[in-house]
Parts: sequence; structure tokens; C-alpha cells
Amino acid sequence: MRREQPISTKSNPLPGFGITLGFTVLYLSVLVLIPIAVLSLKALSLSWPDLWHLATNARALAAYRLSLGASFLAALLNAAFGSLLAWVLVRYRFPGRRLLDGLVDFPFALPTAVAGLTLANLFSGNGWLGRVLVTMGIQGAYSRLGVVLALTFVGLPFSVRTLQPLLENLDKAVEEAAAILGAGRLRTFWSVIAPALLPAVLTGFGLAFARGLGEYGSVVFISGNLSNTEIAPSLVVAHFENGDYAGAIGVALVLMVFSFVLLFTLNWLQGWSSKFQRP
Amino acid sequence: MNLPHATTGPRRRGRSSTQEPPFVKWILIAIAGLFAAVFLLAPLINVFAQAFSGGAAGCWKTLTDKDTVSAIKLTLLVAAISVPLNVLFGVAAAWAIAKFDFRGKAVLLTFIDLPFSVSPVVAGLMMVLLCGANGLLGPWLLAHGLEIIFAAPGMVLATMFVTFPFVARELIPIMEDQGREQEEAALTLGASGWQTFWHVSLPSVKWGLFYGVILCNARAMGEYGAVFLLSSRIPGKTDTLPLLVMQLLQSMNPAAPFAVAALLALLALVTLGIKTYLEWKSRGEQAPV
Repeated sequence: MRREQPISTKSNPLPGFGITLGFTVLYLSVLVLIPIAVLSLKALSLSWPDLWHLATNARALAAYRLSLGASFLAALLNAAFGSLLAWVLVRYRFPGRRLLDGLVDFPFALPTAVAGLTLANLFSGNGWLGRVLVTMGIQGAYSRLGVVLALTFVGLPFSVRTLQPLLENLDKAVEEAAAILGAGRLRTFWSVIAPALLPAVLTGFGLAFARGLGEYGSVVFISGNLSNTEIAPSLVVAHFENGDYAGAIGVALVLMVFSFVLLFTLNWLQGWSSKFQRP
Repeated sequence: MNLPHATTGPRRRGRSSTQEPPFVKWILIAIAGLFAAVFLLAPLINVFAQAFSGGAAGCWKTLTDKDTVSAIKLTLLVAAISVPLNVLFGVAAAWAIAKFDFRGKAVLLTFIDLPFSVSPVVAGLMMVLLCGANGLLGPWLLAHGLEIIFAAPGMVLATMFVTFPFVARELIPIMEDQGREQEEAALTLGASGWQTFWHVSLPSVKWGLFYGVILCNARAMGEYGAVFLLSSRIPGKTDTLPLLVMQLLQSMNPAAPFAVAALLALLALVTLGIKTYLEWKSRGEQAPV
């Protein structure tokens, strides 16, 4: 918990404020602010109609739609199964629990290119899992479903790890009170536990969604470079590879706006959910 | 009406009022386990299974190929430059943000979070626009014979953008939690600012710092999207290991990309191992409190 006492610079005897803040701002300027400014300047040097066309032509719109749709579905899958995973890890004791708990961070630590490579192989027509899907008439890899699968893998730790600490600190007395008052376990879950978890589930959803929207490395392996599996970051790369910098800038600018909107939404969500974490 | 469980003294059927019936519990575990098996365990096992599908000798041949060796070297070089710089940034940013109060802190935090939501591809593009031939610094760099884009320095820059928040984000909450009392005590007792930082502040955040470093390192060595745009993608010259995976996919040997991928998966497993050890270690130290 954050200390409640106000920290003021005037009575603060700790040294090094100027130099550390200066270094931080300098570092951020070089790596973040100047590059963003350059991207914006380059975009503004194009005429408005040109920029509008570059950012919103049919191919770009299709890419945004797939990026948003696939990230949304993947985040939704993670919100459902990731939350279940968090619940199972916190509440139950079973053989292999610690291994499972450790594995949750695997997508975080695994290079995305490796994730894309192994998932593409796994869900391809003759892969271990793709073979099963084929019998059901579903194509796993090299399809839009493949994009969703890759983004689900990449976003998985976010939903689990956002919810887990909250579940661990949840006051069991409230559940006991609900039970004493006669509520069944299911009723207790929906009216007492679920509302307390909702902000964290939403935050996890938002983090997984944001991660999915920007993801490139894993998707490029599993999407098979088809015209109907092109996500927005892939389109940036495609334009870049063709030497069409203006096209790349147009799409990148839209992605940048998405990032900022998501970031502010997430900040707001986290502020909201921290209200629920006060003991 | 049934009496609620909690008031009936001894637990009925061996479970308390805040537990689900055993069959619900095991069904939930089974569903979660299946999800984890498909999305976590199967991809992991598959990497190694495919890598060794061409036999261990083939795997070894790919890993000792001169292009692979050069990719390993470049990957290590990129991490060796970007990680220490990001650690320096992380410690400085955490010190300023956690120990002092100033206007604009929220804005600063938002900018530190930016790489988490900006696509690495966009990050790479920005670096090209900044340092490329037609970029802001391009002409100056060209005049001084500095090769940044489509070379190692650009790849380092892009990697730094993607990985700089990890250490800072890990340290800030820990340092905020600890407040300033200990540092103030040390200063009152006559320690210098540097001594205070080195002997008081740093030891109390060391596990968080280690964790941030290994996470940052794993991402630095595994970055694909940002580095992809800044590499000339000449095998044996500007390929990192993740880029080599893509190059090898076009080769005739289907096991070759998996051999390199297995090396990177091994790195991920080692990272997870260290992380688990650090958590266990830091929990052990916090226990008596």
C-alpha cells in the first residue's frame, strides 16, 4: 500500500532528485518523445486528403478490423479462461499446481517469434492439435482463427496475473457472512465475489487487448501472409518493405492513436480497481 | 429450511461454507488444466519435439552453423548494451518517482508505460524515420559516417524502446511501499547520499531489481517486430536469433528453425526458473515481518 503521508520536495532530505529526474526525462525524450514527434511531423508533412486516404483505405480498414476483432476475441478468451485459471491456482490445491503457476508466465518470457513458429506448427493441418481441428472442418493455422490463437497465447499472463493477487487478498469473511446469511455457493460467487473481481478482470482484459493490438512477431508466423489475415502491424511492415514510407506512416499513426486511447483507459481502469483493493 | 453450514459446528462433508462441492472443484481444475495444456504446455513441448525431429545431430549442426553463431553473438551484443542502459534508467526513474513528489509525475508514468501498448513495429518505424537517410538525424549521421539504420546500433535503439519500462515498472511500486524513513535515518546518522542509496535503498529492492533485469533481458533477446524493421536481414551479419528463426523457415530443413527456437525457448525456461527462485527467495525474507 502506498504511504498516505504527503511527500513534499521541500522537507525531503533525500539527494539526487535533480539528476535522476533529469536523466529520466532525457532518456524518455530520446527514446519516446522525439521518435513520436518525428512520426507526427512526417505524417503532418503529407496533405490531409493523402493522409486520410493512407490511413483509411479499404486495405487499412480491413487490417484495423481484424486487429481489433482478433485482439478483442483473444482478450475475451483470456478473461474467461484466464480468470478461471487464476481462481483454480489461488483457491485449490492439486498436484501440478506450482508447475501450472510457473507456466503462466511462459508467454511473457518466450520470444514472440518462437511462439508464432510453434503455434503455427501445432495448429497446422498435420500438427498435434491442428489434426483434431481438421476433423471438425476447422483450419487452425494460416487463418483468422490462427491470429486469435496467437494473440490468446500472448495475452494469457496478463489476465491471470492481474487477477491473482486480488483473489489472494480477498477477504474470506465476506464469503462466510454470505453463507451464514443463507446464500448458496453460486449466489455468493455472483453477488459477492464476482463484483469485487470485475475491475481486475476488466484491467486484465484491457492489458491483453492492448498487447494483442500491437503484436506482430507471433502473428506473422501463423497468419501465413494471406490477404485476409493481415493485421495492422503487418500492414505497416508490408508498406515499409515496399518502400512506401507514407503508407506505413499513415497506418502507424492510427495504431499510435489506439495505443494512447488504450493507455488512458487502462490508467483509469487501474485507478478504479485500486479502490476495490483497500482493506 | 436448511441450517447454513457455518453455524452447524463441525464441517459437513468435510468442507466449509466457503468451498465449492468437490465435483465442481475438479471440473473447474479440469477446464483450466485443458486450457493451459493447449495454450502453454503443448506449444512448449512442440518446440523441442520439432527441434529434435531431425535428430540431435541435425539440431547441433544448425546451432553450430556460422550464421547461427553470428546471430547468437549479435543477440548477446544487443542485450549487453540495452539491458544495462535500461537498468540505469529504471533505477533513476524509480528513485525520482517513488521517493519524491513533483508535478507531472502521472504524465511521466504514462510515458514509461507507452512501450507496453505501442506496437514494436511502430517503434521500429519511428527509429527508421528518426535516423534513416531521409530522417531527422539522417543527413548528419550520414555525413559523419555513422551507420544506425539497418545495422546493429538501430537494432539496439529499437530494443531499448521496447524493453525500457521493465526495470522501472518493477522497482517503482516496491520503492513507493518502502517510503523514505530508512533513507532519512541513514542520512541523519551521517551517511552520504550515495552511501544511503548503495547500502540502504538498493539492498531492500534487490529481488525486484533482479526480476526486472531478467524480464528485460528475456524481452531484449527475444524481440522480433521492432528489430525486424531495423535489420538489413543479411544472414550472418544483422540477424538476431528471432530473425534467424524466420530466415530458416525458408530453408529446406523443416527442423532448422525449431532448433534455433528451442535455444530461445530454453532461455525462456531459464528466465522462468530464475523468476520462481527470486519469488521464493523474497517471500522467505518477508516472512518474519
